[in-house]
Amino acid sequence: MSKQLKITFLLLFLFMLVTVGLIFAYSGDIAVLSPKGMIAEKQKQLLLIAVSLMLIVVIPVFALTFGIAWKYRANNQKAKYHPKWGDSLLAEAIWWGIPFIIIIILGVFTYKSCHELDPFKPLVSDKKPVRIQVVALQWKWLFIYPDYDIATVNYIQFPEQVPINFEITADAPMNSFWIPDLGGQVYAMAGMRSKLHLIADKEGQFRGASSNISGKGFAGMFFYADATSQEGFQSWVDSVKRSSPSLDLEEYDSLVLPSEYVPPSYYRLEDDGLFDQIMNKYMAPMSKG
Amino acid sequence: MNEIFGRLTIDAFKHDLIEASVGVSILIAGAVMTFLLTYYKRWTWLWKEWITTVDHKKIAIMYLIVSAAMLFKGVVDAGMMRAQQVLSVGDSFGYLGTEHYQQLFTAHGVAMIFFVAMGFVAAFINYFIPLQIGARDVAFPFVNALSFWFFVAGGMLLITSLMIGNYSGVGWVAYPPLSGIEYSPGVGVDYWIWSIQVSSVGTLLTGINFLVTILKMRCPGMSLMKMPMFVWSVVVTLILIIFAFPILTATTGMLTLDRVMEMHFFTSGFGGSPMMYVNLIWAWGHPEVYILILPIFGIFSEIVPIFSQKKLFGYVSMVVALIAIAFLAFVVWLHHFFTMGAGPNVNTFFGLMTMLISVPTGVKIFNWLFTMFRGKILFTTPMLWFLSFVFLFTIGGVSGVLMSVAPIDFQVHNSLFLVAHFHNVIIGGVVFGIFAGFTYWFPKMFGFKLEEKYGAFAVFFWVFGFLFAFIPLYILGLMGATRRLDHYEASTGWWPLFAVAAFGFVIISIGIGFQCLQLYVSYKNRKKNRDKTGDPWNGRTLEWSTSSPPPFYNFAHTPEVHDIDPFWVMKEKGLKEAKGNYEKIHMPKNTPHGFFIGVLSFLFGFAIVWYMWWLAIVSLIGIFVSLIVRFSDRDTEWYVPVEQIEQIESKRGK
Repeated sequence: MSKQLKITFLLLFLFMLVTVGLIFAYSGDIAVLSPKGMIAEKQKQLLLIAVSLMLIVVIPVFALTFGIAWKYRANNQKAKYHPKWGDSLLAEAIWWGIPFIIIIILGVFTYKSCHELDPFKPLVSDKKPVRIQVVALQWKWLFIYPDYDIATVNYIQFPEQVPINFEITADAPMNSFWIPDLGGQVYAMAGMRSKLHLIADKEGQFRGASSNISGKGFAGMFFYADATSQEGFQSWVDSVKRSSPSLDLEEYDSLVLPSEYVPPSYYRLEDDGLFDQIMNKYMAPMSKG
Repeated sequence: MNEIFGRLTIDAFKHDLIEASVGVSILIAGAVMTFLLTYYKRWTWLWKEWITTVDHKKIAIMYLIVSAAMLFKGVVDAGMMRAQQVLSVGDSFGYLGTEHYQQLFTAHGVAMIFFVAMGFVAAFINYFIPLQIGARDVAFPFVNALSFWFFVAGGMLLITSLMIGNYSGVGWVAYPPLSGIEYSPGVGVDYWIWSIQVSSVGTLLTGINFLVTILKMRCPGMSLMKMPMFVWSVVVTLILIIFAFPILTATTGMLTLDRVMEMHFFTSGFGGSPMMYVNLIWAWGHPEVYILILPIFGIFSEIVPIFSQKKLFGYVSMVVALIAIAFLAFVVWLHHFFTMGAGPNVNTFFGLMTMLISVPTGVKIFNWLFTMFRGKILFTTPMLWFLSFVFLFTIGGVSGVLMSVAPIDFQVHNSLFLVAHFHNVIIGGVVFGIFAGFTYWFPKMFGFKLEEKYGAFAVFFWVFGFLFAFIPLYILGLMGATRRLDHYEASTGWWPLFAVAAFGFVIISIGIGFQCLQLYVSYKNRKKNRDKTGDPWNGRTLEWSTSSPPPFYNFAHTPEVHDIDPFWVMKEKGLKEAKGNYEKIHMPKNTPHGFFIGVLSFLFGFAIVWYMWWLAIVSLIGIFVSLIVRFSDRDTEWYVPVEQIEQIESKRGK
């Protein structure tokens, strides 16, 4: 390689580092790495543990690659050359063994965290959870608050530091329900009742979205979730109840029709069994033609 | 009219400007080719030398050409998607319609996996397996040609969808119910089904054909544990193909029955379950990932010893690692959908199995590094690809293990983090491996070496381009950006990162430009770069013991081996290949039936897509007739006379 070439590559490399650094510094909040709820916080911890465990293998690999490539370059006369040497039980034992041990350690973390952070498991809290039923439609999210007799589209609000119990289904192709600030996602599937338990530690506004392609209007299936004070939540519920159109089966049938980039809308819930009725559409054998 | 054309109407030919321009450029390319072939009177040549050939080496070259064309299409798709994501923010909705954009990402995935990665790998398997095991052809030469033409027919169905109708827009694995008839009534999903259905029949046939070839046709003395590591990696790959591809055929078959005959395998009512589809498609899909990467591991296991000028480290351990990976590949499929909610115990099991794969994979990397240790490393282009592979593939491996921990996966699943991960292992692994293998074996295939300088430039632009294009996607994923978005709000703050990713695409394109330049300049200087010896790299395996390119019968004398790296040992002992005393060689004859069946299966797929039932029946009958004619033909082989062998061998090295 000529000297000019080396300098070009070095400059390119530096340029890349600077760009990535700048972007990191100036880009907005990285949701998964700056969690706003307990579940997301634990998931982030797990991510950091897993990364550091893997660095035990990755750093030697990088060091070895550069070291060996440099030392044993063809024109280095001082380096040893053993063209027929191709076995070492000890070396093999090391690199079968150590990664295996690391995987066992990571496996223990996996077992524990899979159980602890199972999305179907309710959170332990002395406060009464807020129940929100989620229905993925073409292409918007319907949220039903059965205990508060309201429903919303593409917007939710809930009190901070109170567990939220999501029950999730779809009356549409499969979607995935994800609020990265608060924690990981589960699928929304027709005829299935998925569950997700999240909590917001502080007040704030969080973006949520569908992460599974569900057709033409998929990109517009995002919503905002507001965590407010308990009083703020209660007054919001009251105002929705007072000043919104009602959602009954007839209204639902028009809501279910495909639409894209739907702005938030609010309803007074007529029937707190709506969610089960939507589920049942896919239960009876002859109901869907 | 409906009886004749099914649901094909004039509307199927109408497209918006951007879509139409793609179709028109394909038509122009076709017209130019037709003109050139006619002008230079090459039609007979094309028919006799290529279309009817059963020579594994020529079939391999054709795989290379088709895959390169599909790669071009896939790269253009990628550029269009990145451009859309830069332009479509907030109030602006970009230059592509949503439906077009969704077809782009689906076609990009299908083209890159089925017709680029699989195609290049099939090319290398075709060309070098018989040569490395010292055989003169494959076990079933006609079936091999048939496999290739199925592959082409599948690819043509994808290309045809650009001009007639449209392609699927529901993602490359097409989950129902979205891919069902209720939500996708158009022809797109049917095109998707038949483009992969037809080509995967070819893949399955390749799997059986080459497994038999390797097991039954190795030259005398080559026991299993003396096979080159590339052959071992291919054995394991072929076993994966034989077990995995029938699942794909059955799954897409059931989806067809759902769509066309109103059955309910994967619907949400009538006792069907879309979740079954998701399980089945990944029961094929995960082994498929290893079907792509294992031959690449084999290629690197050839390249590293050659350019370190040293024996491969830990041969036995490499074989064990391959088999371990193949076994584990079948018990990890659920990690593609931890978020379905199967429960903590199921998720733990599949997570653990997934992590375990990283152990044998890591072993392979350490063994390559220790092959370099105490060697004399020559930094040729293939070696630069290898070193870049170690760097990028390791990063991809880390992000992969992260996602095998289900609770972490919940936070990155289906986000751009995932997209960055699999491009990290597929570009950093499969694509770099393909380029490495291409440069390494190029002199054998075409008789002259590629210019090193342009190769080095290509490597650097690819690596930097990759980092620019995909590191932002990791960050975007962690910011909550999901995959397959054709639009996002300005308030997300994602735009700068999307812009950097698009810039990365430009850098990668420069790398591709250098590769084209490399081909052009090397071709121009082909006299200077001519490989007369047949052994330009001081090779270790049998393919280097014959001329470059090899004669159609591969070896004048059937080789006999006693060691791993037989050619190296032979050179070391000062043994020369025997000359003279040739015997006549038994070779297969050309046949047009592979091509006929390919054309007919294209028509069959096309007919079902458009519900032209008469055409489906006619082409199916045609396929059977062609097969019967071929199988009744007893005159399928011939003997190469000794004089012809003498004549060819006397020209060797000149």
